[in-house]
Amino acid sequence: MELLWSFGKAFIVGGAICMIGQIIIDITHLTNGRILVIFLIAGAILQAFNLYQPLIDWAGAGASVPISGFGSALVTGAVEAAKAEGVVGAFTGGLKATATGITTAVVFGYLVAIIFKPRTKPI
Amino acid sequence: MTQNIENNIKKRTIYFDDVYFSEGFSVVGPKELKGKLGDHFDFALINDKYDQKTFEKAERKMFETAIDGVMAKSKVLPIEVDAILGGDLLDQIVSTSFSARKSSASFFGMYTACATYAQSLIMGAALIHGYYNNVICISGSHFSSAERQYRYPLELGVLRSPMTQWTCTGVGATLLTKNAHTPNTPKITAATPGRVIDYDIKDVNNMGAAMAPAACDTLKQFFSDTGKSPQDFDLILTGDLGKLGKEILLDLSKQEGFDLTDNLADCGASLYFTKQKTFQGGSGAACSAIVVNSIILDNLRSGQMRNLLLVGTGALMSQLTAYQGDGIPAVAHLVEITSSVKDAGREPLEKYYQPKKEEIKMKNEKNAKNNNSKNNNVKNKVNNSKSDSKNEMKNKKENKDK
Amino acid sequence: MKSDKKKTSEIGKVEKALNLKPEESLEVFSKEKQEEFASTQEKYKDVAQKFQHIDKSNYKEYVFHKSPKSSHFKNMFWAFLVGGLICVLGQAFVELFLYLGMPKPDAFVLASSVLVALAAIFTGFGIYDLLGRFAGAGSTVPITGFSNAIVAPALEFRCEGMIYGLGAKMFLVAGPVIVNGVAISVVIALITLLFTGGGG
Repeated sequence: MELLWSFGKAFIVGGAICMIGQIIIDITHLTNGRILVIFLIAGAILQAFNLYQPLIDWAGAGASVPISGFGSALVTGAVEAAKAEGVVGAFTGGLKATATGITTAVVFGYLVAIIFKPRTKPI
Repeated sequence: MTQNIENNIKKRTIYFDDVYFSEGFSVVGPKELKGKLGDHFDFALINDKYDQKTFEKAERKMFETAIDGVMAKSKVLPIEVDAILGGDLLDQIVSTSFSARKSSASFFGMYTACATYAQSLIMGAALIHGYYNNVICISGSHFSSAERQYRYPLELGVLRSPMTQWTCTGVGATLLTKNAHTPNTPKITAATPGRVIDYDIKDVNNMGAAMAPAACDTLKQFFSDTGKSPQDFDLILTGDLGKLGKEILLDLSKQEGFDLTDNLADCGASLYFTKQKTFQGGSGAACSAIVVNSIILDNLRSGQMRNLLLVGTGALMSQLTAYQGDGIPAVAHLVEITSSVKDAGREPLEKYYQPKKEEIKMKNEKNAKNNNSKNNNVKNKVNNSKSDSKNEMKNKKENKDK
Repeated sequence: MKSDKKKTSEIGKVEKALNLKPEESLEVFSKEKQEEFASTQEKYKDVAQKFQHIDKSNYKEYVFHKSPKSSHFKNMFWAFLVGGLICVLGQAFVELFLYLGMPKPDAFVLASSVLVALAAIFTGFGIYDLLGRFAGAGSTVPITGFSNAIVAPALEFRCEGMIYGLGAKMFLVAGPVIVNGVAISVVIALITLLFTGGGG
């Protein structure tokens, strides 16, 4: 039951974040890249005031999977490393915390680009 | 050269004698084949990569096919072609220039985005009026190569706005000649080169809205120059305004004092079915070229249509200008094409638009016969010149029915 | 009003005269849907009458009213559903890794990476862009959209070579995300350091 509720929380929070994104797209006609950046910065700023981590604690993947979770991870990593190591930590911490995601994307991007061919959208 | 320009500097319409719209050839992609005009094209690709490694190479090969096809169809030898005029949507119009390297004719690169076809018709007609005998005007685009240059990579998952248009895959080639080789060859009689109009529309998804004012301006110029009215024409064909752009043009033209409602059609809006999810219809340099070189040319030849105005519309923006927040300037070039069939043209409007069932049947049979012989000729020729077994000539559906 | 209706039917006549195939999708529609379609058409038709004179100054406003609007409710529904399901999938991986005895932060990071990898593969098969066509932000905003934004250009520009094509264009869409993210994280970390370091 608890497992189901954790899925439910993830569904509601994740869906709500995506829906906000869709509303922004519908109203402003922003492009993909801009939407991604806006959500990333929103997540980062929320985390700067320590507001995003509670959401992740409550909703789990529902808050960490959207790109705002990525932004909050960057900030969490940078802030924690800065507290531990000082100025150097502020520069290394962010990427260190998110390196897994970026590296996976790059490696799989590389592999996929070698294996597959682009195709036209279906008719 | 022209009668009117000398008298009044504000008149921009130019007139041509003896410029014949001899032959046309249209190459299209699979999506266009399944669209509304699918039965009318000369050559269709089964896969839009045309057995090439990249979409750009495929586009180039489509241009080569179209040039070969129009020469084969009109029985003009490559050496008799004096010049090739044309363009496409890729940077530095590479597709056209690369495909012209196999030809011995002079080459002129043209670019006014989607008005390229109309522009090359005007320039070609001017060259024939003055100097040359045979000129090929060509224009085309490819969805996949244009999409990646102007918008996003193909595999990027984006929600398309309902205002977007679909870049056509296709190439249309026209042979303009000084002498008519066959009777019933349509003529290019006049043209109004357009000027660039910028109404400061910034949404790159809404090209129709950006281009409609330009089309309206050019049409207004033509009607005031010639003293004709929209009712003198069987068809006023805009390039790729799309459904929304067409509606806007209707509104704008009413305001300017001429009414296009009776005979306005748009190439882009009439290419696809709604269920093909192209939203506003087709766009791209190929759009007007493939429509004119297939169905319109047939109509002009058979005398079903007396004359038409082709208004090629082009949105002159690039990704850079869009990112830098500039508006989308647009240009529209107008070409008047007249059928030389005796007593061509529509009988009273009602009769023409609603032919009786028997008439339709007869017309279809006639068309099928014509198409059959035409098709076979071209098929042989193209197959001789090109050894593509995979991309075979498509058979017209009408033939299958019979 | 009456004359307007007549004229719109005549536009159809031009297309009929060109021997165009009839619009198939309209025939399939039920009667109610056809009426609905007609009513929306009417709505946009009348826009011009609201403007005295359309010129450069009010053209933008006119176009805004004239343009068809996308169905917000449908878009939102799909975005919610698809976005939510992607997050549930992520949560499933988190639970799995927790069950396997991983520490909590690692489980979250790894779950995101698995989603990234899956999205990359789906992009390769050409499925992800189909999802994006109706899900909109539902497929863009989750980390899978980020992965799609990296893989799609890589795939697309592969034919320009491994260095100037794949290598250079890989971050065409997703580059700004990383650049802005890193920049803002450093700024926030430095500010935090200034306040906490200065205070303590």
